[in-house]
Amino acid sequence: MKSSEENIQYAITAKNLAKAFGEFIAVDHISFNIKQGEIFGFLGANGAGKTTAIRILCGLSRPSSGEATVAGFDVFTQPESIKKSIGYMSQKFSLYEDLTVIENIRFYAGIYGLSDKDIKEKSAHLLKHLHLDHEKDKLVGSLPLGWKQKLSFSIALIHEPKIVFLDEPTGGVDPLTRREFWEMIYEASQRGTTLFVTTHYMDEAEYCHRVSIMVDGRIAALGTPAELKKEFDAESMSDVFLHLARQATRQAD
Amino acid sequence: MKSISVENLSKSFVNGKEIVEAVKPLSFEIDKAELFGFIGPDGAGKTTLIRMLTTLILADTGTATVDGFDVVNDYTEIRKRVGYMPGKFSLYQDLSVQENLEFFATIFQTTVKENYHLIKDIYDQLAPFANRPAGKLSGGMKQKLALCCALIHKPTVLFLDEPTTGVDAVSRKEFWEMLKRLKEQGITILVSTPYMDEASLCDRVALMQDGKFLRIDTPSQIIKNYSKTLLAIKGKEMFPLLQQLKQIEGIAMAYPFGEHHHIVLHKDTLSIDQIKSQLQNIQELEIKSAKPDIEDCFIYAMQNN
Repeated sequence: MKSSEENIQYAITAKNLAKAFGEFIAVDHISFNIKQGEIFGFLGANGAGKTTAIRILCGLSRPSSGEATVAGFDVFTQPESIKKSIGYMSQKFSLYEDLTVIENIRFYAGIYGLSDKDIKEKSAHLLKHLHLDHEKDKLVGSLPLGWKQKLSFSIALIHEPKIVFLDEPTGGVDPLTRREFWEMIYEASQRGTTLFVTTHYMDEAEYCHRVSIMVDGRIAALGTPAELKKEFDAESMSDVFLHLARQATRQAD
Repeated sequence: MKSISVENLSKSFVNGKEIVEAVKPLSFEIDKAELFGFIGPDGAGKTTLIRMLTTLILADTGTATVDGFDVVNDYTEIRKRVGYMPGKFSLYQDLSVQENLEFFATIFQTTVKENYHLIKDIYDQLAPFANRPAGKLSGGMKQKLALCCALIHKPTVLFLDEPTTGVDAVSRKEFWEMLKRLKEQGITILVSTPYMDEASLCDRVALMQDGKFLRIDTPSQIIKNYSKTLLAIKGKEMFPLLQQLKQIEGIAMAYPFGEHHHIVLHKDTLSIDQIKSQLQNIQELEIKSAKPDIEDCFIYAMQNN
């Protein structure tokens, strides 16, 4: 059976991945494999090293040592190919607020090199799916936050990337829209997209297939929410997180 | 005397061709030493409300008093008495931790020494970085420094606008413990947050959406008043389960809730067995009645707003 294990096409692999800034080891030899279509929760306290790890996996920062591949491409030698194969959205990086909804869609689709025909089809589908038909000529800046975030996520998927990185996508969003957003995440996962998600909402950790929790640059726990709750004899993911994050010795500065 | 008293306060803004009613006419009172939470998503009107009460913007309609002083006529008195921590970090980034604190003490004609007891617990954690420029601190440390600067003149009322947004669960917990200790010193605290789970840490809360209060009460009373039948369900494949639940007649709402989905029934006529019988191919199905929490109350109130 070992050979079939090895043949699984992983969306992301990391082995002893590390990044040091001078003497400070931001990411301290982390290892994991993420399957195609998996929703992977990447948790950690502020300063635990999440952002540095994400930057490496997005091809934006070169690791100090270790190995990692994203969509089959090597983070050391093929960062440009990685950038083409992934989508990215965060709470902070929004769209161009002074462009309209349709202009934003066309802009990003164009950047990722979609043909005019594809852009036309994709934007029509996207507007319909998000019920934004009537809002397509509105400036993005005038939309409520929940809509902005859904639009931003859809645009991150427009070039059909194999992997999407979502960095606190639901911060500040109302509880209903937050859940609609997760339904979009589930849908994308069912279509085979891999989702790499960070969040400060611990209930959202429960929605992930597997969760890792970073403490002081290392991965302190990794497993399904059910496994982690069992391992730490905790009632909720929030308890698991608090238990682990409190062991941090690194100052968050 | 009430610490804060508000009557029909409202504020609109012009955004392009549209008029946005950021805060619709609101009336409420807050007691001295009460820890009061404005709970709601971005765009609910929390910041606008706080900015009217801190005399930074004028209301379109209504009146309000803070510590007995009118927000329009006595704004200078109010500014001497309240502490305000804006959502956006607003200290001097190129002054050190120590310099920022001394600056704010001086502005309010006091000294760091005089009111040090109020900030001691918090400042102890900052002390190792006393000479570091504020702009070079981590998010959690900036937040602690901002709180110290808002407290250094011993305010009677403290306004905190989303102090915990983007902050991890551990630091959030610590922050709320600090607030509890400040409340014990007799300071009235108004805090806004988009995190529903923080509601239970307040004496009273207003659930806010679209410039309105959906509910205003103690967290426990809001939960007690939840009148719907709520069920919790889980199975091996959660997403197909959710999709199926949404199709069942008699289910008003179904949404993910931690490791379960929550189901809100239209009426009690639908039994657990009836729900089970309408679900197909869901393995390891578990269903039970559930206690609502603040987030369930918020979702229900939003839907029926």
